[in-house]
Amino acid sequence: MKRDDWNKLGWGGALIGVAALLPLTGDGYLISLGVTIAMYTVLATSWALFSGPTHYISLATAAFFGVGTYVTGSGLDYMSYWLLLPLAGVIGGVLAALVGLATLRLSGVYFVIFTLGLAEMTRQAVTWYQNQTGHKGTYVLTDFTDQDIYWQLLVLAALVFLTGWAIGRSRLGFALRVIGDDEDVARHVGINTAMSKVALFVVSGSVAAIVGAIIAPRYVYIEPSTAFTPMLSFQVVIMALLGGTGRLWGPLVGVIPFTLLWEAISSSFPNQTTLLLGLSFLVIVYFLPGGFVGLYDRLKGRAVKRSALA
Amino acid sequence: MMGNTVISLRGATKQFGGLVAVDNVSFEVREHEVMGLIGPNGSGKSTTLNLISGALPPTDGDISLKGHEITGLPARDIARKGVARTFQLVRLLPSMTVIENVIAGAVFGHRRRWGPAAERHAMHVLETVGLAERAKAHIGQLTYIDTKRVELARALAGEPEVLLLDEWLAGLNPTELTEGIDLIHRLRDEGRTIILVEHVMDAIRSLCDACVVMSSGKKIAEGTADEVLSDPEVIRAYLGDDDA
Amino acid sequence: MDILITGLILGGTYALIALGLNLQYGVSRIMNLANGEMLVIGAFTAFILFTTAQVSPLLTIFIVAPLAYVLNWIIYQVMLRPLVKRAKNRGMLEQDAILTTFGLSFVMVGIMLWAFGGDYFSYSYLARPVVILGDNFGFNRVVAFGCAVLLCAALYLWLNVSRAGMAIRAVAVSPENARLVGIDVPKLSARAFALGGAVTAVGGAVISTFLTLDASTGVIFTMKALIIVIMGGVGDVRGTILAALVLGVGETLVASLIDPGLTLVAAYALFILILLFRPQGFFGRRSS
Repeated sequence: MKRDDWNKLGWGGALIGVAALLPLTGDGYLISLGVTIAMYTVLATSWALFSGPTHYISLATAAFFGVGTYVTGSGLDYMSYWLLLPLAGVIGGVLAALVGLATLRLSGVYFVIFTLGLAEMTRQAVTWYQNQTGHKGTYVLTDFTDQDIYWQLLVLAALVFLTGWAIGRSRLGFALRVIGDDEDVARHVGINTAMSKVALFVVSGSVAAIVGAIIAPRYVYIEPSTAFTPMLSFQVVIMALLGGTGRLWGPLVGVIPFTLLWEAISSSFPNQTTLLLGLSFLVIVYFLPGGFVGLYDRLKGRAVKRSALA
Repeated sequence: MMGNTVISLRGATKQFGGLVAVDNVSFEVREHEVMGLIGPNGSGKSTTLNLISGALPPTDGDISLKGHEITGLPARDIARKGVARTFQLVRLLPSMTVIENVIAGAVFGHRRRWGPAAERHAMHVLETVGLAERAKAHIGQLTYIDTKRVELARALAGEPEVLLLDEWLAGLNPTELTEGIDLIHRLRDEGRTIILVEHVMDAIRSLCDACVVMSSGKKIAEGTADEVLSDPEVIRAYLGDDDA
Repeated sequence: MDILITGLILGGTYALIALGLNLQYGVSRIMNLANGEMLVIGAFTAFILFTTAQVSPLLTIFIVAPLAYVLNWIIYQVMLRPLVKRAKNRGMLEQDAILTTFGLSFVMVGIMLWAFGGDYFSYSYLARPVVILGDNFGFNRVVAFGCAVLLCAALYLWLNVSRAGMAIRAVAVSPENARLVGIDVPKLSARAFALGGAVTAVGGAVISTFLTLDASTGVIFTMKALIIVIMGGVGDVRGTILAALVLGVGETLVASLIDPGLTLVAAYALFILILLFRPQGFFGRRSS
């Protein structure tokens, strides 16, 4: 490893360390906001690991997340919570692999539609199954507080950043950059394009399921309509794109302002969140292609050019 | 008189709906040989190249590489077995630098390298094509012939058994053309096996050990460049019946 | 037997909506994910005109169609055309179009929620039973089916016989070559996009006679229409109609034999089967 790498690791570690101090404020609202931000950071970052280089827009986050909450919800009676987290990861990963194998050979439109329906489909299936067995929802009773959930999410965030960083330096990461640039060229230089895409999709699906499993105790009572809310998928997409998927830290830059904006809008105009979501999409496409990261790069590029001319 | 067979096509056929783009074509390419695949526009040369590289699966017939059948394998497997190509319209990876483009060929191709080894090898290949000093440049900053050089370097970086060049010399101005022909000459002298689809007659005469001429999807002649270019049927195919 | 007929009737209306989407995607190459909202707008208009002025939904069609045409034409020219121009390749356009039309869809839902609230709306029109082959069916469903059949047939004939229809099919097959034979592709794309939107909105007006909708149901219809287009094959009218009927019957089967809550699962099961075995659509040739 080069010195630059150690520097990055150091800074990342320091940031996580500072973030970990938040619960010491003892402010319940801040901690609760921290949980939300940490949750979206993990979701958006792992989403961008796959969608950033491949340009495939996945709307399956809610499906994986929902599956994760149900793993905790229905598994707590049978085994330890700490075993349920990796189990959720495995189940989410397997589901992602199946979806990926069926759709990732095809064009992006097919993939979007399929992932959009996946959450809705799983929701219908879970609802149906619960109706068959005669109960509506599931209680998730643990003695975790917001603070515990926050710390768990931070650890997961650290793991996701490390994974993303390792993938970025690996053959797989390089292969995905080639695929994102030109899939035909990728095939002709010998890259297994389908497997590379599926591998990354599995990572992001698995992480989203673990997040769901961690968050479940916060809900206390889970039912299909809350666990599989399609809004979640869209919020994650917007946050990641708003921040920019060109860098590992990009999504984080989108998550924080968007979460604050979302909180503000949904507390004062609860009926206008849909409109906000729609407008955000349009703003990103027309005014912020590449997100904040793209904007930063363009400004930097302009500055470099200017200084070169001067 | 020559080395072992590297590529062999037997009865290769490709149909698009009712159109037979490649019709029962057979030929062999031997080691260290430069073979020219020529013919009028639309005669099926590029499609033939696409069949070999795995861009398209053949409808019928067999294709083998060093005696191993590669018919209908996905492009990535054929690339790993040792077939590398350039594209008719240059295709580079626009978000990457010159050297990264070449590394892409070195990492996943026939002979696979990674890390510093891949980088060193890519640099070496860039020297071969005369682009070493542009290694850190972005693709957008290159001249046309330099983009072609990068694509060639990417194909060479995997150390393929056979190199497919699809009209690699097309679109170059006269000075660039001389440079381009010299470059392929050097590759030829290094003993590489090359199949080139080409329209530039000077290049064909000076580079090709053997030629296959196609017209309307069929092979109509085979032999040395001088032999095929004086063949009455080839002349007729190029110029049409009336002018012959 | 009644499952089959109910399914076919449902499928007929699906066909109309999916044809609208297919027309848009086939020609302008933009997968319009706000398609379902156009349907809801059509349905809303029919609802308002019926409840306030007693205008028959069948007459509303003639108001909805031109309005939706103009609205979609403006959407294409103002929002989508710039994306087509700036896109460096098809993948980029695809991503931009997905995000934009999703955004548009949410904005439309947001505006409708704001203006009309989130209530379900339905009205009763021709809600008397008719007997077909010994079973009872809502007369409104049968009329809606009749409308859908008429419109699909008209569209099919128009595409296959008229000059404009020919041009549209040419672009759907190959935009590059269509340009070479002197077709103004951008202009035609805008028109096809507008026409597709109009067809979908008309489908919405028709469907509102027998289905209860609310401001946010659009996305469900978008998904179903997309599944139908993919099953039927892009730019393929026959395939679209067949796929719509298959989906209608499949959904009705699952709804009446297993559980009405599982219709989307049924739709997706069909979709997966198609993706795995015939990704080029029912009548499509395996592309190379």
